[in-house]
Amino acid sequence: MTAAEKIVSLRSTIARVGLQDAGVQTRVALGHRGTDACLHGGLLKGALHEVFPMAAGDGAAAAGFVTVLAARVAGGRRLLWLRPDFAALEYGEIAAPGLRELGLDPGRFLLLRAPDVTSLLRAGFDALSCTELGALVLEIPGTPRILDLAASRRFVLGAAQSGVTVFLLRWNAEAEPSAAETRWLVRAGRSRADCPPSALRATSPASGGGNICRGRTAWDWGYPLFEAELVRNRHGRAGFWVMEWNCDDRLFRAANPGAVVSPAADRPAAAENASRIA
Amino acid sequence: MPLADARAMLPALHVANADEAADRHLLESLADWCLHYTPLVALDPPHGLLLDITGAAHLFGGEKALLDRSRNSLCRQGLAVQGAIAGSAMAAHALARYRNSVVVPPGEDAKAVAMLPVEALALDPATTHAFRHAGLKTIGQAAIRKRSELTARFGAQMVFALDHALGQVNKPISPRIALSDYMAERIFAEPLVAEDAILETLRGLAASLATLLAERGEGARQLEATFFRADGKVRRIAITTAGPTRDPAIIARLFREKLAALADPLDPGFGFDLIRLAADRAERCETETAGFETRTNEEKEIAFLVDRLAARFGAQCILVFRPNDTHIPEAASVALPAQAAEPSKLLWKSIRGREDAPRRPLRMFAKPEPIEVPATEVPEGPPKRFRWRRVVHEMAFAEGPERIAMEWWRHQTPQPTRDYFRLEDVNGRRFWVYREGLYIYETGRPRWFLQGLFA
Repeated sequence: MTAAEKIVSLRSTIARVGLQDAGVQTRVALGHRGTDACLHGGLLKGALHEVFPMAAGDGAAAAGFVTVLAARVAGGRRLLWLRPDFAALEYGEIAAPGLRELGLDPGRFLLLRAPDVTSLLRAGFDALSCTELGALVLEIPGTPRILDLAASRRFVLGAAQSGVTVFLLRWNAEAEPSAAETRWLVRAGRSRADCPPSALRATSPASGGGNICRGRTAWDWGYPLFEAELVRNRHGRAGFWVMEWNCDDRLFRAANPGAVVSPAADRPAAAENASRIA
Repeated sequence: MPLADARAMLPALHVANADEAADRHLLESLADWCLHYTPLVALDPPHGLLLDITGAAHLFGGEKALLDRSRNSLCRQGLAVQGAIAGSAMAAHALARYRNSVVVPPGEDAKAVAMLPVEALALDPATTHAFRHAGLKTIGQAAIRKRSELTARFGAQMVFALDHALGQVNKPISPRIALSDYMAERIFAEPLVAEDAILETLRGLAASLATLLAERGEGARQLEATFFRADGKVRRIAITTAGPTRDPAIIARLFREKLAALADPLDPGFGFDLIRLAADRAERCETETAGFETRTNEEKEIAFLVDRLAARFGAQCILVFRPNDTHIPEAASVALPAQAAEPSKLLWKSIRGREDAPRRPLRMFAKPEPIEVPATEVPEGPPKRFRWRRVVHEMAFAEGPERIAMEWWRHQTPQPTRDYFRLEDVNGRRFWVYREGLYIYETGRPRWFLQGLFA
C-alpha cells in the first residue's frame, strides 16, 4: 500500500465515523475527495452500481470507468467480467495490455463470453454465490426486457448476501428504474481544455521534444480523465466531478487541481450527436 | 446367389445397395448400447460385436441369462441376432454363427468348436479352400493335425486362429473405449425418468467414485456420465474441471449445470435403466488438510465457479488473460480457457513510464477498423480528422508516431510498418489509430486504421 492509498483509506474510515450503515457492508474509498465525501467514505461494497455512457461515443470512457472502479473495489481479488460475445465486434475486445497500462493486474480478470443477454444474467446471478469474487461486471448492450426492476432487486439482494459488488455497464440503454445503490453517467474528460488546436502536430523525439502544454510534454497527455455525474445515490446527494485515474497509485484524483471544473452544459450538443457511434 | 436368380424366384424383390458406412454406424451405436453389460466391447466387423463379460455375468443372473437378455433386447430393436458365449473370442465368434445361443462351460472350447466347419475360422477364402482341398472339413479334423504340418502348409496366422478357436491361446479383444480407472454404475429395475432422481443418482455415483479416488489419492479432471435408455439409445455427457475434484456435491452441481444448459436436452424417453459415471482423467490430489495450505479457499471457490460456468457455456467461453512475447499490439496478450490455462512464466510489462498516460488502449478491435483520413498536413503526421463508422471525428490533440515494425521473421511477404498515433478528439475521447506502410519506401498511398479506444 502506497502512502497515498493509506491516506485515502484513513480518510474513508474517518468519513464513516458515526454513520449508521457502516455495519456489515463496507465502503471502498475512491480517492477523489469530493466523491468520497458525497458517498460517505466511498463506494458501497456488496451493492449494485450502474454506469451509463452519457452519449453513444463515450462507451470507451464508461467502460474504463467501470473497469477501474471494479478493480478498485475488488482489491486483490478476482474480477469476473461478463459480456455477450457479440459485444466485442461492436465495442472492441477487452485488451489486457490496456488493463496493465491502467495499473491493474490482467491476471485477476476472468472473462465470460455469453451467447446472449438472458444467459449472461443467469450466469451473473450464479456467480454471485461465489463469495471469493471481488467484483462482478455485467456488460449489457441495449435495454433487454429481462433486466427489469425485479432482476436488479435480485442483484441487490444477492450482492448484499455474498458481499460481491456488482457493476452494470449499460450501452445504448434507456435509464430505467432500478434498485441500484448508485448510478453514474460518464463521458470522456478533455485533457487540458486550454490547449490550443495548434497542439495538433506530430511530436516525436526527432522533432525536438514536441509541444509543451501546461508544463507537460505533449506526448504525455496525462492520466485517463472521466467526467462523472452521479445521478442517483441511495444514501446521499448527487454530484458531478471531473476525475482523473492515477494509474500509479490506482486511485481517483481531482483533475487539474485548481482548475475550474467545466460545467456540463458547455459541451456542444452537435458534437455529441456527430460522434455517436453509428 | 446372383441377383438375376433371386429376381427369377421373387419378381417383387426389393433391391438396395449395401451402405457400409451406415452398417458401421449402426454397429457402433449397438456397441455403445452393449456397454450396458460390460465396458469391454469391441467391434467385430462387418456385423459382429465381441463382449468381454469376465466378471460381469453374475450381475445379470449368470451367463445364460445375460445372453438371453441381450439377445432379446436387441431383437426388440428390430435386429436379427445370434450369439454365443465361450472362453475365447474366436470360439465365441465361430459358435455365434454356427451354433446360435450356446454357452460353453469353461475349458470346453475345443470340444464345442470341433464339429464346426473350417469356414467358421473366418480365414481368407483361399486358405479355407485349401483346407477343404486337403480334406480338413471341420475344425476338429484340423485340430488333430500336427501344428508344424499346418504351419508349413497354411501359414502361422491360420494356426493361431485355430488355436485361438480351440481356446489354447488367448488374444484379448481391443475394446473401443479405453477402460476408465474409476467407474461407478447403477442398474435400475424400473427405468428412471425424473430429473431429480437422475441427479440424485449421479450424486450417489459421485460419492462411490470419490471413495475410489480417495483410496489412490487422486481427483477427477474429466468425468463422463453415460445414460442407457431402456429402448437402446445411449447418451454420453462429459464435464471437465479446472482442478482435481472428488467432492460429490461439486460433481453433482456441475452435472446439474451441464444438463440444464444442453442444447439437445437429455431425453429419458421411457427411462434410463443404467447410469454409469466414470472418471476419464484423474490427477494427483492432496488430501483436504494438506490442500488447505497449498490451495487457498479463494482458489478453490474460483475454480468451482469457473467449472460451473464452463459446464454451462463451454470451456472456451470462460477466459483468462496471459501475456504473449511479442510487440505486435493485437497479439501482446492472449485469452485462454480458464480451465486449461497454466500460469505463465512471462510477466505483464508496462509500456508507459511512471506518471505517464496509458500507451495501450483498454478496448481493442480484433480486426482493426479502416478509417477515412483526408490528406494530412505533414505526410508523416497525424490526422486532423477522420471518419469512422460514418461519423467524422475532429481531433484536438495528437501524440506520435510510435513506429511498430511487423515481425519479418514470421511472415513470408513483408508486412507494412505501422505508425501509431494516440489521438484525442474535441470531446476528449481518445483513439488509437495507425497508418499502415511508410511513404515512398513501402507505399504511395498508406491506409489508416483504428485499432482501439482509450478509457
